[in-house]
Amino acid sequence: MTNTASAPQMPRDHYLNGRYGLKSWLLTTDHKRIALLYLVSVTLFFLLGGIYAALIRLELLTPYGRFVSDENYNKLFTMHGLVMIFFFLIPSIPAVLGNFMLPLMIGARDLAFPRINLASWYIYVLGGIFTITAAVTGGVDTGWTFYTPYSSTYSNSAVITMAVGVFITGFSSIFTGLNFIVTIHKMRAPGLTWFRLPLFVWALYGTSLIMVLGTPVLAITLALVGLERIFHVGIFNPAMGGDPLLFQHLFWFYSHPAVYIMILPSMGVVSEVIACFSRKKIFGYKFVAFSSLAIAVLGFLVWGHHMFVSGQSVYAGMVFSILSFAVAIPSAIKVFNWTATLHKGAVIYQTPMLYGLGFIGLFTIGGLTGLFLATLGVDVHVHDTYFVIAHFHYIMVGGAVMGYMSGLHYWWPKITGRLYPESWGRLAALIIFIGFNLTFFPQFVLGYLGMPRRYHTYPPEFQVLNVMSSAGASILGVGYLLPLLYLIWSLRYGPIAGPNPWRATGLEWQTSSPPPTDNFLETPVVTDEPYNYEAKDMDSG
Amino acid sequence: MAGSVDMLYFFLIAVSASFACLIFSAIAYFMVKYRRRPGHEQAVPTQTHIGLEIAWTGIPLLLTVVMFVWGAKLFFNEYNAPPNAMEIFVVGKQWMWKFQHPEGRAEINELHVPRGQPVKLTMISEDVIHDLFVPAFRVKKDVLPSRYTMVWFEATRTGSYHLFCSQYCGTQHSKMGGWVDVMEPADYAKWIDGPGAGEPLAVAGAQLFQKFGCAACHLAQGNGQGPSLVGVFGRPVKLASGATIEANEDYIRETITHPGVKVVAGYQPIMPTFKGLVSEEGTQQLIAYIKSLGSENGVKNP
Repeated sequence: MTNTASAPQMPRDHYLNGRYGLKSWLLTTDHKRIALLYLVSVTLFFLLGGIYAALIRLELLTPYGRFVSDENYNKLFTMHGLVMIFFFLIPSIPAVLGNFMLPLMIGARDLAFPRINLASWYIYVLGGIFTITAAVTGGVDTGWTFYTPYSSTYSNSAVITMAVGVFITGFSSIFTGLNFIVTIHKMRAPGLTWFRLPLFVWALYGTSLIMVLGTPVLAITLALVGLERIFHVGIFNPAMGGDPLLFQHLFWFYSHPAVYIMILPSMGVVSEVIACFSRKKIFGYKFVAFSSLAIAVLGFLVWGHHMFVSGQSVYAGMVFSILSFAVAIPSAIKVFNWTATLHKGAVIYQTPMLYGLGFIGLFTIGGLTGLFLATLGVDVHVHDTYFVIAHFHYIMVGGAVMGYMSGLHYWWPKITGRLYPESWGRLAALIIFIGFNLTFFPQFVLGYLGMPRRYHTYPPEFQVLNVMSSAGASILGVGYLLPLLYLIWSLRYGPIAGPNPWRATGLEWQTSSPPPTDNFLETPVVTDEPYNYEAKDMDSG
Repeated sequence: MAGSVDMLYFFLIAVSASFACLIFSAIAYFMVKYRRRPGHEQAVPTQTHIGLEIAWTGIPLLLTVVMFVWGAKLFFNEYNAPPNAMEIFVVGKQWMWKFQHPEGRAEINELHVPRGQPVKLTMISEDVIHDLFVPAFRVKKDVLPSRYTMVWFEATRTGSYHLFCSQYCGTQHSKMGGWVDVMEPADYAKWIDGPGAGEPLAVAGAQLFQKFGCAACHLAQGNGQGPSLVGVFGRPVKLASGATIEANEDYIRETITHPGVKVVAGYQPIMPTFKGLVSEEGTQQLIAYIKSLGSENGVKNP
């Protein structure tokens, strides 16, 4: 908002101009600089994953599979999934926005373990190098799920290189989670009690728990796949005395909670943004906060819903079905509370808010279609079809990525000291929303009609819906390119933001933009509940 | 089955759509009514309303219980084939489906079934995990390399329906499919005796039983070195370990490939493994033969 009387000035000293040179970046232990290292790397991986997606949608324009071979198609969707999940979605909000904002939001100078924070980025990059190596040495064709015995015995692709990449990257998220948990427990500013914490911090706390508890299981599982593939130790392949379903249990024990690693931080961002741009306290603060923890805990108990048709026992199916319904409730509570926050607000439609509202809409659809998949009798039909693809893209792209975009725009002035161009921002948010729905809504229909996922060729009657989906994907692509361009443009030409362009509450807005290297000139003291926008507007208004 | 799945599906759509409508129209209404504008610069503080919180926790919870019970009932039906179902053996392998009718006719990537008759598919894979999916019948089930899985359906209308593999299984996954042809029962009866019909499964199994020398030990009277297999199928069997196991398809298959693991009480673990000697199709023939030696009621099958 530009209604301040005097034009804001850039602060003289901040974390970006304190030191110069490549070394000052590559050896930094400043959480803000590490966040930017992550920002650049996850953006590169997002572009890579996006190129894979573009090629997939291009191929699916026709039913006949004329553009790439079967083998290459399988590698495209495998690499798309692996890159997007392990190298973009999981690190995106925690390692970029969380890394930058968490210490600022709790009034700390840095994370608890700054060197471990830097180490986590190097580990991420090392994992990324293995992934790129796997991609250029022939790719992987197992699907991102690495199902055995295909991955452990039958696939002739770079399974080991890729599994090593994912294995290594896991440690970077364990490090980040560990760092966040300790930081939140030990480094809150005076007066910042648990129930004065911003909801983004609560969400990061829930996320960190999952990262620390879940990721080791994935690491072990992939190590076992390696053991079977290289040394022929029979673990998963029944021909060697193993059990293929054991792999699925272990894999989903991590990979279902991993969905919550992706979505919880977005929910946190949206809670910040909805409150700020409604100029109101969040409705039901404690319900929103505890629902994050409920999701983190229940999320560990629902993995079997990926296995309803796998040959798992019918009674196990029922237990996992009822638990999957249970995990839907805390998500519903969040949606209702966000909606209620708008009530009697003074709502402003800046770009972060548009993404935030877009998040609620798309996440609601994603969540409701999740009920279909938790319902046993219906899941049998739509399992492993495009219905599932549509559902989890509504959660992960419609939810997690919208939240990431919302947060990126919300905190961009804090990170860079400059505002992005508002009208371009709104336009891009609108394009992304439209493109997203056009891409993924037809896939719900495709799925119910019976089109299986991971199909290179498909019956011609599915073509119309696939063409719609591909058309939407091209719009979505434009929508994602726009912010890339105008955000880079704003680094040089954007208006100076000042410390608090949104007149937001929260400690991160009480220091200059960009913040000084040590975040705060003096340690802030918290005396008020969070999101007290009504009082803030009263004072200034 | 398709009808009852669709009914639940439409119920879910109705519930979801009303919730989505409720939330979206509330958001749209608030967005317009409470937009910040001259004369409305300030939000009006609202208190957290505990009644509301309980309502929007409780109502969805109740609805999900309905969904769970309804879905679980359907699921249970999908698991339990009616006793009068005709049984067809299925072998999945990269990248084709083989179907074996009990009367002897076998086919590839195409499955002929009679209308109005429950059909039970007993399935196994020779390599990786596959999944047999017939969208028109709303059924699918993974096909595992380690043990038999089962899926059943009853087609109500004649015609050709897509058959897909829906568990990713490698390079030509998307081409591992074909058609289910539903025929009038009379046409099916003609078809089953048509060209290419082999011997009935149990007869082929009996020949294998002789060929592999099984008959030398598994004497019908029970005085051989191995237990008699007459009337054993579907019955509980006491094992040397003290446990009891049902002599079903999986158990028979396992004793052929790993005879030393679950030895019948009172017998020595002297049976050699036939792993690699008997194909999955051969195993199915042997199972059909053992079944024909008597059902769980002790009644000899025709």
